[in-house]
Amino acid sequence: MANDNNFFQKWNRRDMLKTLGGIPLFGAVWYSGASLTGSAKREKQFLLETLNIKASPPPVSGPMSGKPVRLGIIGYGIRGEQLCRALGFASTAWLKEMHESSVKNPKDTRLAEFKAQENLNIKLAAICDVFDTRAEKALESFNKGDNKIKRFRTHTELINSGEVDAIVIAAPDHWHAPMAIEALNAGVHVYVEKPMTHNVSETYILRETVLKNPTTIFAVGHQHRQTQSFLTAQDIINKKILGHVSLVETNTNRNDDNGAWQYEIADTANPKTIDWDLFLGNAPKEDFNLEHFFRWRKWWAYGSGLSGDLMTHDYDRINCILRMGIPSSVTASGGIYTHRDGRNVPDVMQVNMEYPDFSTGGSQDAGKEKGMTFIYSATLGNQFDRGTVLMGHDGSMELGNRITVYADPRSTKYADLLKEQRIEAGVPIYQYDPSVNGTDAVTSATAKYFANKGLLWTYRDGKRVDSTFLHLREWLSCIRNGGTPSCSIKEGFEEAISAHMGGLSYKLGRRIDWDPIAQRIITKPGEDLDAILLANK
Amino acid sequence: MNTQKLTTVQNYALVLLRVLIGWHFLYEGIIKAYNPSWTSKGYLLSASILKPFFTWIASDSLVSVVDTLNIVGLIAVGASLLIGMKVRWGCIAGILLLLLYYLAHPPFPGLPQGPAEGSYWVVNKNLIEMVALWVIYQFPLISVFGIENLFLKKKTTTI
Repeated sequence: MANDNNFFQKWNRRDMLKTLGGIPLFGAVWYSGASLTGSAKREKQFLLETLNIKASPPPVSGPMSGKPVRLGIIGYGIRGEQLCRALGFASTAWLKEMHESSVKNPKDTRLAEFKAQENLNIKLAAICDVFDTRAEKALESFNKGDNKIKRFRTHTELINSGEVDAIVIAAPDHWHAPMAIEALNAGVHVYVEKPMTHNVSETYILRETVLKNPTTIFAVGHQHRQTQSFLTAQDIINKKILGHVSLVETNTNRNDDNGAWQYEIADTANPKTIDWDLFLGNAPKEDFNLEHFFRWRKWWAYGSGLSGDLMTHDYDRINCILRMGIPSSVTASGGIYTHRDGRNVPDVMQVNMEYPDFSTGGSQDAGKEKGMTFIYSATLGNQFDRGTVLMGHDGSMELGNRITVYADPRSTKYADLLKEQRIEAGVPIYQYDPSVNGTDAVTSATAKYFANKGLLWTYRDGKRVDSTFLHLREWLSCIRNGGTPSCSIKEGFEEAISAHMGGLSYKLGRRIDWDPIAQRIITKPGEDLDAILLANK
Repeated sequence: MNTQKLTTVQNYALVLLRVLIGWHFLYEGIIKAYNPSWTSKGYLLSASILKPFFTWIASDSLVSVVDTLNIVGLIAVGASLLIGMKVRWGCIAGILLLLLYYLAHPPFPGLPQGPAEGSYWVVNKNLIEMVALWVIYQFPLISVFGIENLFLKKKTTTI
């Protein structure tokens, strides 16, 4: 000890500095780093507590126990195949293709995800497709093990066979309502693809039929209702984080053949393998035409154009958050500017929906803020990602599988926080990413377009889940355990009427008004809305 | 090795270099240590070469170990250089860390550069800092500035 004291006594100030000078520097750097991170953390915590957003997934649908539900699929084209896969039935060809793809690219987990999917306890008992090749593909793939599948020539035979409890309709748009109405009247549960209907009058008939058959479960295929971010977005609106939303901008940007409905034409297709008259149904008489059969979305007679085919996705995505319903008026414009290939539905279209009495609640003086416009803007000739944005006086929300909220620099609600620089314009005040622990492999441009809208998959507990699977599961749960699907007749009616108003405005070149009391689209004398909507011009 | 005695200014210049590099390492380590949501996962997964290796260490089972080692490594290297203790070991550890950062996103022509505040071709700041650590390795200069001086002095006084 005495030695040690001597040792230090021999030191002068210079020696001390040279030896121990690093310690205060070390302390200063440590303190500075720790306090900076600490204050950043406290600021973040403060902001989260101020906003108080509840991030929660939609409730899980009920158990799939009990007797297997006997299902019939009508239409085994592109969408029909996807729906069957979501139900647990993948074609032999798809399984082979996915196996090869996963061997080549271990990151391709589509097959593994399909195999990991929960068993929905159903029998795929019946198929109806007017094209032999497709029907045979389903028969070959699904007549396996304890699943026996039977082909029916017409949907009427299938519905009335007594061999199905429920049907999934993935036929062209002009068949949606007729098939759904027939099934509901026969007591068969219905899952119908979007758009719910193809014309105005059948929208009312379908609504009446659903209401007349309350024990028969009816669902419209807007699978994004299962998107994990949806309830969180609703909470953001309810807590008035955006303030009064005056504008919602949605869009479609696609720039490939698949996205422009230029689907492949099968080699085996001919008048012998396709029941052409059955395909036409109530559509105008037309000679056998492969282009019309495989690419029916390009004609008003069978498809619904951008407003019915794609805008319905965006409309319903917003309607499930804002519940704004049918607009008081719609104006639309557009044209065929990129794909002048004989189609008669536009490939560029803008639809403006007006909601003069709608409000999400404001932060300014009472009565100052009221009214909203919903814009849908689409092109099939460019795939620049514009995103979906809800614009309020106090903030903007970018909406997809992820949610990002920005404060508006001129917001009333956040004026103090902005002034104190606790919030910066341009820096998100809230971000919600349910995939935060996962990585995604997207396979094509169109797939990316759909994925960004939560139409391909969503997330549960950070894991990727097919949203169509969740949506079908919800419908099956209602059949088994009771309840109403998240997208049933009320939502479907609003979707269909709004889309038809868009189509009509485009065709008539004028504003289309809605009478909310009479629940009718206002017509001019002599106007036949259905004839106008479906006319091939 | 060159045994020529360094001038005082040269000594100070080299010590200053050592202290600043130590400062940089320590601060990087502290910022990460105090931020519980920090992870190297994204950085590793976006690696442009040696992808299998970086993807492997970014896997769920390994990434938390890698993150901890990185934080401990950064703080230890920083402390060593700043206070002047086991400086040569600090240099070796620092060079290894920087080599990993360099290899994950090397500024080679034709490779994606990711977000960077400058323009780089082959040489970037990681590489320069790596070489600077090599210089420090040659001239640890603990006797000029360093806590290890305490033990050196003690040794000499007791003898």
